Amino acid sequence: MIRVGFVIVALAVFVAIAGPFLSAYDPNAQELARRLEGPSLSHPLGLDELGRDILARILAGARVSLLVGLVVVTISSVTGMFFGSVAGYFGGRVDDVISRVVDVLMAFPGILLAIALVAVLGPSLRNVVLALSVIGWVGYARLVRGQALRAREFEFVQAARALGAGSPRIVLRHVLPTAFPSVVVQATLGMAGAIIAEAALSFLGLGVQPPTPSWGTMLDAGRSHLFDAPHLTIFPGVAIAILVLGFNFLGDGLRDRIDPKMSQ
Amino acid sequence: MPERAPLLTVEHLTTGFQVRDGFVPAVIDVSFHVSAGDTLCIVGESGSGKSVTALSIMRLVEPPGRIAEGRIIFNGHDLLTVSEREMQAIRGAQIALIFQEPMTALNPVFTIGNQIEETLRVHGRATRRTAPQQAIDLLAAVSIPEPQKRVRDYPHQLSGGMRQRALIAMSLACEPSLVIADEPTTALDVTIQAQILELLRDLQQRMGLALLLITHDLGVVAEMADRVAVMYAGRIVEEAPVRALFDDPKHPYTRGLMGSIPGGAPGTRLRAIQGTVPPLGALPPGCAFAPRCPERFDPCPKAPPGTTDFGGGRGVKCYLHGPAVEPQVAPPAPVERV
Repeated sequence: MIRVGFVIVALAVFVAIAGPFLSAYDPNAQELARRLEGPSLSHPLGLDELGRDILARILAGARVSLLVGLVVVTISSVTGMFFGSVAGYFGGRVDDVISRVVDVLMAFPGILLAIALVAVLGPSLRNVVLALSVIGWVGYARLVRGQALRAREFEFVQAARALGAGSPRIVLRHVLPTAFPSVVVQATLGMAGAIIAEAALSFLGLGVQPPTPSWGTMLDAGRSHLFDAPHLTIFPGVAIAILVLGFNFLGDGLRDRIDPKMSQ
Repeated sequence: MPERAPLLTVEHLTTGFQVRDGFVPAVIDVSFHVSAGDTLCIVGESGSGKSVTALSIMRLVEPPGRIAEGRIIFNGHDLLTVSEREMQAIRGAQIALIFQEPMTALNPVFTIGNQIEETLRVHGRATRRTAPQQAIDLLAAVSIPEPQKRVRDYPHQLSGGMRQRALIAMSLACEPSLVIADEPTTALDVTIQAQILELLRDLQQRMGLALLLITHDLGVVAEMADRVAVMYAGRIVEEAPVRALFDDPKHPYTRGLMGSIPGGAPGTRLRAIQGTVPPLGALPPGCAFAPRCPERFDPCPKAPPGTTDFGGGRGVKCYLHGPAVEPQVAPPAPVERV
């Protein structure tokens, strides 16, 4: 499973980097005369409503999906690790404040909050990343807080304090490393979540703006041709499903590797 | 032995835990001192307040625990009044704490060498360039064979005795003047125990350390101590030079402890102390040992006994030896629960 996931993710990363060179067509070049044409030898996945090559657009869209996933996961995990370890290690009032903020954000449907944020800030790739990070960090914070609470009781943390290490040093050196494996798993699964969320926002017209190809906007454009030209929605949909599946396989596999109790 | 000015003086230390129903003391009005080159053993059962005393000296008692009263004079400074930043500079550099469990006191994800280097760097005793060699030297100083190889080992690759040696190397890295060892040999095999004690004694003599050794093992006491403080239910009930204590234990509890050491004629029953240690929240109003004491009489259950001084560093808190009553220690003001 983990291998399948790894292969899919590696392939997607390769496509995102080498995308423009893998297809003979420019993702934005229009062939209006052949619009909505189904798959053929010259255009394996067919053409969209403006006569653009769907394969070229899916390849180019991989870049947006992975970029959004990567940036969102990086921002949320770093923010979450910071607040989570501070809350867990120091406890007391600091913990109360951070934990209540996390509770509030968790109680709120994430995608709804992201939609509201993007609606206020205006639709753009940057604001999508921002909105998804604002809702994304809480999961990491809660995860790391739990690990930090546990780590605080470890004797080597006590020992480090007895040897004169200050709190920032102890958090960085002794608390965060114990939480890191779980964060890696969470981040891998978080990539999948972020990719779906980006597609959803773009589908709603709140994300990447045309003509930049994104899997979400392609779904949106295909919606009005669901019956006469289903290939407009099927192929980007399949691309999203495969990539998300890949990240989930990878994340689950990593979790099994890290936690021996889970594996059979 | 000529009296030197003590390096560490603890005066009337009271540490306890703030719980829902009020303040529960774990250490009550404890006073003692240790000089350079001197070994003081604090001996007592689990829950008698030994470890809390050690943590109080390091100021590592965590809420809801707190130090309610007393002074801890180290090198002329009251540790209870210095700032946390100054305290950090003292921990590890001037006072080191050796933990009981060498497995859990070392971080499993870093090599032994890395952890020793870290300690050196925290206190600015080494640079990135010099630290690795210093770590090897330290491992050699605690008699770890092939220190150049061991320095790259992770804790799980070492045996229990080796880990405790590595931990001692780490604690002594910055050449502290006071070492507090909290049951340093409890987790080890008997043969390894002897080696570790030998090492501690050797290092103490070489470095002129003041050693505060916390143990429940009277064998360790006999082996290591210059002076002994016996703790029971948070109080030091007897303090004496080691020979005097073993020759003539004055407190019934100390006698009970000695009586429970196996070693009589084969087949004879081991004499145990009747009853159990009272829970900290519910100490009897008088002497805490009175309910278990075979020699209790009228005054015992009424008020805690004060110290009867025998001179020569001997003191006992027991009415058998004098009428002294513990001066009424004002109960610490209740603190608002946060």
